[in-house]
Amino acid sequence: MPVYRPPRIAASDITPRDIYMSRRKFMGTAAAGFVMAGAGSALAAPLTAAPSRFSTDETLTPKEAVTTYNNFYEFGTAKSDPAQNSGQFEPLPWSVKVDGMVGKPREFGIEELMKMQLEDRTYRMRCVEGWSMVIPWVGFPLSALLDQVEPLGSAKYVSFETVVRPEQMPGQTGFFQPLEWPYVEGLRLDEARHPLTILAVGLYGETLPNQNGAPIRLVVPWKYGFKSIKSIVKISLVEEQPQTTWKNSNAREYGFYSNVNPAVDHPRWSQATEQRIGDGGFFSVANRPTLPFNGYADEVASLYEGMDLKANF
Amino acid sequence: MALIPTLPRKLHGASIWALYVVGLLPAVWYFYQGATGGLGVNPVKTFEHLLGIWALRFLIATLAVTPLRDIAGINWLRYRRALGLLAFYYVALHFSVWLILDRGLDFSSIAGDIVKRPYITIGMVCLVSLVPLALTSNSWSIRRLGQRWSKLHQLIYPVALGGALHYLLAIKSLTAGPFIHIALIALLLLYRPLRKPFLAWKRGKPVAAQQRASSR
Repeated sequence: MPVYRPPRIAASDITPRDIYMSRRKFMGTAAAGFVMAGAGSALAAPLTAAPSRFSTDETLTPKEAVTTYNNFYEFGTAKSDPAQNSGQFEPLPWSVKVDGMVGKPREFGIEELMKMQLEDRTYRMRCVEGWSMVIPWVGFPLSALLDQVEPLGSAKYVSFETVVRPEQMPGQTGFFQPLEWPYVEGLRLDEARHPLTILAVGLYGETLPNQNGAPIRLVVPWKYGFKSIKSIVKISLVEEQPQTTWKNSNAREYGFYSNVNPAVDHPRWSQATEQRIGDGGFFSVANRPTLPFNGYADEVASLYEGMDLKANF
Repeated sequence: MALIPTLPRKLHGASIWALYVVGLLPAVWYFYQGATGGLGVNPVKTFEHLLGIWALRFLIATLAVTPLRDIAGINWLRYRRALGLLAFYYVALHFSVWLILDRGLDFSSIAGDIVKRPYITIGMVCLVSLVPLALTSNSWSIRRLGQRWSKLHQLIYPVALGGALHYLLAIKSLTAGPFIHIALIALLLLYRPLRKPFLAWKRGKPVAAQQRASSR
């Protein structure tokens, strides 16, 4: 006698994506009175993503470290500031304007970007300050977005811009402004099109916490972390090398390329080694040698063939 | 001038010892926090930086004793030795944590950093310069060295300048915290060349006022 078996129904079939995506907003309102410390993770929504051959199998940096030890000067300059001061930030609604030398300039709603073919990309992240992490990003290749706007042959570079919201980003107000806003970054078009270069919309299988650049950020794993611009509102294809924030702030110390390179020291400190956050402890710091192109030399070194990497730091 | 109640003379000694104890509390507390996971995900760097900042704070307090007496009439000269020694202890701890916990006694990289990194070179020079000051911070040395003691201890001025520079060169951008510390050191150093004229003016003021009064 046949037994009736109810069909298996995935959670995503029951709740439409845009509803659970707006959960963040709903929870944000509901949790307004709650302690902000846990806000970043409390508002996260789960993401489904395909595995990628570009992922490293190195030990992941604990999520707590990835979400509490951040450089995101829009929320303050201390490492703990972004997690503590980003509770008021509203990553939804959001859209990214893509313009410049493209055949089809347009604005992408975040819902549309979340529907791109998402992949798990576990990358090493090396900060210019001498520390590193291993972070499981969720995102899609930037080239997939660029394809949709059809870059013109004259486009040589891609520039990126972070949102300016002083009312939600306390680092953008007050007497001591460490940088000029908006934060801007740039890549050569071939760097932007490289399969390792992604736009991340999540980490650890969930949407990005505010402190990590919600709702969408760049990740370029072979460059120092400051190149991976957060909370992007605008992407432009341009002919000339674009302005970049840290280079504008101090061109002697921070270059346009900023490829991870143990042989080229920062003028004030060595780049030969790095401290892996989360490994080791108070009595056993995990220092390790820094690798050329952050260990992605096989994939990206050809982009810079014949270039003097000391001069083009 | 008595802006604050005077401490009975018999408590002076005890208050100095209390200052040593209270002054070392931040180091003990942060060490405990670091060892028990209370200093975040990069506890060594955090501990190292906190020790450096407290070294600057005690250096600032040491330099503030003289202007406080000149300008506000508060005489805390009896605490100056303790404040200066606390500054030295914090510099020594800051260096030790860098040497042992941060660099893991990797002497080749340490030597390279000291030679190649200006801010580390400056920090090292300051630490070394503080050693003779700490060793002669006792009454016997003061008696023994006489005038030379004052000359020697003027080394604190370049050390303070070096400490401020070391901090400035180690940070990525100048924010409120570093600015306040560096500005205080700058002000306290700027006071030194102004001190003689200021004291002369202060001494002359009541006299001049009297002269005006009597000539009327």
